[in-house]
Amino acid sequence: MSREDVFQKVMGIIKPFVKNEEVFQQADESTNILQDLKVNSARLVDIILNFEDEFDVEVEDEDADSVNTVGDAVSLIMEKLSV
Amino acid sequence: MNSRVVVTGLGVVAPNGVGLIEYSQALRAGKSGIRHVPVMEESKFGCTVGGIPQGVDAIAEDYFTAEDLMAMNTSHRYGCIAAMDAWTDAGFERPSPDDDEVCWDAGAVIGSGIGGLDTAGERLIPFVDSGRVRRLGSTMVEQIMGSGPSARVAGLLALGNQVTANSSACSTGTEAILEGYRRIQSGRARRMLCGGTEGSSHYIWAGFDAMRVLSRKYNDEPTRASRPLSASAAGFVPSSGAGVLLLENLEDAESRGARIYGEILGGAVNCGGHRRGGSMTAPNPDGVQMCIRRAVEESGIGSGEIDAINGHLTATGADSSEVLSWAKALELSPEEFPLITSTKSMIGHALGAAGALEVVACMLMLDGGFVHPSINCEDVHPKIEEFAGSIPQTVEEVPQMKTIIKAGFGFGDVNVCAVFRKWLNN
Repeated sequence: MSREDVFQKVMGIIKPFVKNEEVFQQADESTNILQDLKVNSARLVDIILNFEDEFDVEVEDEDADSVNTVGDAVSLIMEKLSV
Repeated sequence: MNSRVVVTGLGVVAPNGVGLIEYSQALRAGKSGIRHVPVMEESKFGCTVGGIPQGVDAIAEDYFTAEDLMAMNTSHRYGCIAAMDAWTDAGFERPSPDDDEVCWDAGAVIGSGIGGLDTAGERLIPFVDSGRVRRLGSTMVEQIMGSGPSARVAGLLALGNQVTANSSACSTGTEAILEGYRRIQSGRARRMLCGGTEGSSHYIWAGFDAMRVLSRKYNDEPTRASRPLSASAAGFVPSSGAGVLLLENLEDAESRGARIYGEILGGAVNCGGHRRGGSMTAPNPDGVQMCIRRAVEESGIGSGEIDAINGHLTATGADSSEVLSWAKALELSPEEFPLITSTKSMIGHALGAAGALEVVACMLMLDGGFVHPSINCEDVHPKIEEFAGSIPQTVEEVPQMKTIIKAGFGFGDVNVCAVFRKWLNN
């Protein structure tokens, strides 16, 4: 799966939780999920679970804690997929 | 001085009608909302019929975002739709999520009898038992906490006054209305969304089936299964839904020119103490009668002024003793007795939502000048035969109706009674 494919899927998973639609439309890998997209921090747990289901990977809590930007999520998933 | 409290908004999600127009038409027509529930049959319930509001998922998308819906089980959906409808019915606008204003004078008391057992049964217990706790996600707590529905309503409408949930079994919904009434009466809030909500789930209903208090003889004829007041009543039909009232102080309602359905004249709550025939599951008749008398006394009316009774009347053996308790408490002979009806004959018993769904029915009856039929009691129970003339088999048009009294009784020997009067600009 290409990095662009993963990016698109990650964006699709985050979309329902986004509170700032305008920023979401312009989002790139540097976009911060909580601060820029205004996602409720409690819901990060659900986003990570959805990553696991979509990509059939397991994300440890420590790995999840390192996800701040959309790019962090894409990198983490790429790494898991390459193992 | 105490504020007078009026009802200016109603919202309802009932098995026989979602929204005020559908519900009102269904009540007038004596339309049953009871249907066969396949999962009850698959789970080997004795009773395989129930009341489930129809078409709610389709309209939920108009009320909630996709993110909201991920964290909302049926009791949340019903309660929040009813609350938002009551809010807009009263003429208030739904605030934008981006608007930072909080309405400090408005709160909510929206209770449940059982709570989020559907979520517990479908997700919490299977996930925990199979060692998948982290797979529960972030939305578990808010769906199983008793105050989940009222908390969600607070966020949707930016409520800043007391936001809580009561629980007193089958008297929950009516009790919530009295809680909000007291808060406004004492000046602690200016408007309150009050009522009850109960989810649609065989997990919620199973314990009642095991007690053999549910109707089992009419599984093949769902619309005939809920038979309050009848000789052939064979237990209650489990049900679900939500009713919410927007209560407001009279001064505010008048100054903004609100449409007023009616005034809460007074009410009472008590418990029979599980004595004198009362128990966890049966009412102490003295407690019932005291509750009714106190509600009437507080209302400052004579019992002769009561035009109609919306009883608890579930379709168990307790119906006839309830009618006799009403007669004794109100000191009215069968000849003097007002009309008495059971909303549960059409919608079943929605547990913690029952009282609120039935108070919404009361307000619609006051507003529309009618008393809805109590269906399925062609054969009035012999113990209350003398009162048969007071039980409407079809809708009764009562244009002069002014006062209606509502009671609810719940497991735990708890009682609630409230008196409502049509608003006639005085």
